[in-house]
Amino acid sequence: MFLQGASGSGKSTLLSLLAGTLKASSGTLQILGTDLTSLSSRRRDRFRAEHIGIVFQQFNLIPFLTVEGNLKLASRFVNQSASGTEVRAKQLLESLRLDSAILERRADRLSVGQQQRVAIARAFINQPEILLADEPTSALDTEARDLFMQLLMSVREATGCTLIFASHDSSLASFFETKIVLKEINRSEKKEASDA
Amino acid sequence: MLEVALSSLWSRRGSVMLTLASLTISMAIVIGVEHIREQAENSFVRTVSGVDLLVGARTSQINLLLYSVFRIGNATNNINWESYEDITARPEVAWSIPFSLGDSHRGYRVLGTNSQYFEHFRYGDEEPLRFAEGEPFSHPLHAVVGSEVARALEYQMGQEVVLSHGIGSTSFVNHDNLPFTITGVLATTGTPVDRTVHVSLQGIEAIHLGWRNGVQVASLSPDSSDPSLAELEPTQITALLLGLESPMAVFGLQRAINNYPSEALSAILPGVALGELWQIIGTLENLLSVISILVLTASLLGLSTMLLSSLRERRRELALYRAIGARPSFILWLIELEAFAMVAIAALFGYLVVVAGVGLTQGWLSENFALVIDIWPSTPGIWAYMGGSILAGVLLTLIPATLAYFKSLGHALQSL
Repeated sequence: MFLQGASGSGKSTLLSLLAGTLKASSGTLQILGTDLTSLSSRRRDRFRAEHIGIVFQQFNLIPFLTVEGNLKLASRFVNQSASGTEVRAKQLLESLRLDSAILERRADRLSVGQQQRVAIARAFINQPEILLADEPTSALDTEARDLFMQLLMSVREATGCTLIFASHDSSLASFFETKIVLKEINRSEKKEASDA
Repeated sequence: MLEVALSSLWSRRGSVMLTLASLTISMAIVIGVEHIREQAENSFVRTVSGVDLLVGARTSQINLLLYSVFRIGNATNNINWESYEDITARPEVAWSIPFSLGDSHRGYRVLGTNSQYFEHFRYGDEEPLRFAEGEPFSHPLHAVVGSEVARALEYQMGQEVVLSHGIGSTSFVNHDNLPFTITGVLATTGTPVDRTVHVSLQGIEAIHLGWRNGVQVASLSPDSSDPSLAELEPTQITALLLGLESPMAVFGLQRAINNYPSEALSAILPGVALGELWQIIGTLENLLSVISILVLTASLLGLSTMLLSSLRERRRELALYRAIGARPSFILWLIELEAFAMVAIAALFGYLVVVAGVGLTQGWLSENFALVIDIWPSTPGIWAYMGGSILAGVLLTLIPATLAYFKSLGHALQSL
């Protein structure tokens, strides 16, 4: 699903609501059959760790940890076996065309393109059902962007996870079947609000 | 989590090292002050034990204690030999040790006494004196040296030494006509005994024969082979240590000596005098303890400041932990763990600084201040101070940690 909107249009707020770091002030929000608005903040954190992967525009990795450390840290917040994590990490890196030697390198020693691809691996490490991507390509040049999109889509396909991809860049919309322009849903909300 | 905390500290090693240095110094001050305080008290209280009364010419009890037991300063007056004989003949007295002070040997005090000293003197926990080598003196010109004298001056058994008139490490007036032979070396006691040269009362008397007003008159000086030396009778002593048959008699005898008719004498209870002396020094030490605790508090506040200002630069890092599923409490514990790691490392380093410092100054402290200090602080008090410091650090850094906790609650992704 492609979520298009200019900066300031509420993309990040919507994603924060979906991720459960923000709580809706009114109404209900159901994800995967769970009502996020009724969960305690502690359970929402747990829900996020288990079911939702996130990729940001930049600063996706803890800079002073190795790639391996970053992946392990992400799996730490759910009860996953360490060996399972290791196997998945290797598979993910392979499908993202990253050498497994990269595991030992510190995150801030990688190129931006590599960092974004490791971020995909990090986001998928806990086998989430939903992947939230917030402008993940805007720090990349065209070439890296195309590679990133291609790899992201292939991993998504392999895992069968729902991708919610927010960007201002309408040229990326061609990768997606469903497309939502944020301006439209915002307007409908406002309209409802003024009707009430 | 520990790995994350340590890598995080390492990634900010510039400010971390500076804070660690400041923490280490203040930890060393806290541990050092406490260690020296405990050790000084210990070495004070250990100096003399099992003595019921300490007698000297009339003076304050602290002065008497200082010049007789600690060998610091000089006696203002002496006790006549007749008084000594009279007091020791009393039925309450079980044993007595005469002290005759006033001479020195290369900066170490010379103590004239008799064989009772080796038999009845006790220090520490009622421990008797022991010989590392040799035996007590049996001739007026025999000497028994303390362990530190033997070590510092590299004296061997059988070596001849010359005593000096008066005290001080360089004396222009030496009793060099009558050298003494070392017949014994005492085992280390950790008290002023280690820094003392012991000779018989006859020996003290002998070297002062032929002296008039501090000047030697050659014609009157005896020869070392003179058999009459052993028959010399002292005319005065400086102090007297008494052991009584029954502790009940202490106060009666004390009153009797304080009211001694033929000369002005003071009898004191060494334990009471030690306590009074310790109170005077204790005030100063409490002040030092307070200052060291304030220094540590300042350092710990510095640590909190450092952690607090790092929160700004770590905004996105902390937001990322939350985004990948960390609870706010993870962030609180992460910062607390970093603080704990720093304070614990500083405590360890501070401890080692104290060990190194004491190791380097041990000899100097014992020579100049009669302080015998263990290199490795290991009393419960030290551990309590170290544990308390670490705990204080953990508590003070709860300020930045809880702040980070509340900041990380209910914020949009990546915008802490």
